[in-house]
Amino acid sequence: MMILGVGLLALIAVSAFVIVRTDDVTNQLLALGFYGLLFALMFFLFQAPDVALSQITVGAIALPLMFMLAITRMKHHGELKAERKTEKRDE
Amino acid sequence: MSEKRRLLLFLVGAVGVAAVYCAGIRNMPPWGTYRGPYGDVIASLAVFQRHATDTVNAITYDYRGFDTLGEEFILFSAVTGVMLLLRPETKEKRRRATEGENPASFRDSAALSETVQVFTTGVFGFSVLFGIYIGTHGQLTPGGGFQGGVIIAAAPMLLYVAENFEAFHRILSHPLMELMEALGAAAYAVVGLIALAFGAPFLTNVLPLGKTGDVFSSGTIALISALVGVEVAAGFMLVTFEYLREILSRQKNEED
Repeated sequence: MMILGVGLLALIAVSAFVIVRTDDVTNQLLALGFYGLLFALMFFLFQAPDVALSQITVGAIALPLMFMLAITRMKHHGELKAERKTEKRDE
Repeated sequence: MSEKRRLLLFLVGAVGVAAVYCAGIRNMPPWGTYRGPYGDVIASLAVFQRHATDTVNAITYDYRGFDTLGEEFILFSAVTGVMLLLRPETKEKRRRATEGENPASFRDSAALSETVQVFTTGVFGFSVLFGIYIGTHGQLTPGGGFQGGVIIAAAPMLLYVAENFEAFHRILSHPLMELMEALGAAAYAVVGLIALAFGAPFLTNVLPLGKTGDVFSSGTIALISALVGVEVAAGFMLVTFEYLREILSRQKNEED
């Protein structure tokens, strides 16, 4: 049990490091989802199935999804702003 | 500050943190020990006092129900904040006034591959059913309203992944979800107020407790759990709805 727990904690640490070192945002969000799943496993292992259930849905699905949606929105916002700038310069 | 100096500063800090950390974990109890008395006390009392076999939900929705009320309103204000930030701007408002709020006014992406469609359509019904099960059995097994609500809210997201925003929009009504979110949050507080009418403190479990192990048992625990499920499901769906609408209408605007 202890070996399993230590291994899982080590895996979480490694995947957290991988998230930080990933350059591409989409890959980073996928890694974040995987990290959330590992967390859910950890909660289950430490006998907190209630928290594990919410962690699966919130940490592995909802959180990366919110990030993805927010980043898409920001990208559009940035593109629009850049367009307006070039329009002004042309005038 | 030069690169070398910064590294030196970091090393000094890291050594300091490592020393304090090692000193801190030196006297940690062995793996898996539990020393707090409250967990054992409540685990042995909850079944008799509240007729709830899942102690965690007995704590969140009854013994510490007031804290959960606060947490629910954190989610409520977070959803309100997102809706406020993503409210339509002037240009978008004008466009919506002329074209109406029909999904045809969005530039929608085509549906994904058939494999994704078959898989997600199969999981759709399962996720709604599983969400309802988890939400209504919180007092008996691990789960509860929050978990159930989030699982239900994942169903329309699956539909969006399988089809497109039009399909998402077709099964969800924005005003209805706003109403459900507000009602879910308000009903929690109202359940707490019912206790006052019986002369008991706020959020006391005054409903009949029923038979332990039944779905309709444990009094207000099951009721509050279901209400939280309604609020959470509506809240998460609203946030997704707002983001998708905002992104897709922006894409449309750029095309015009």
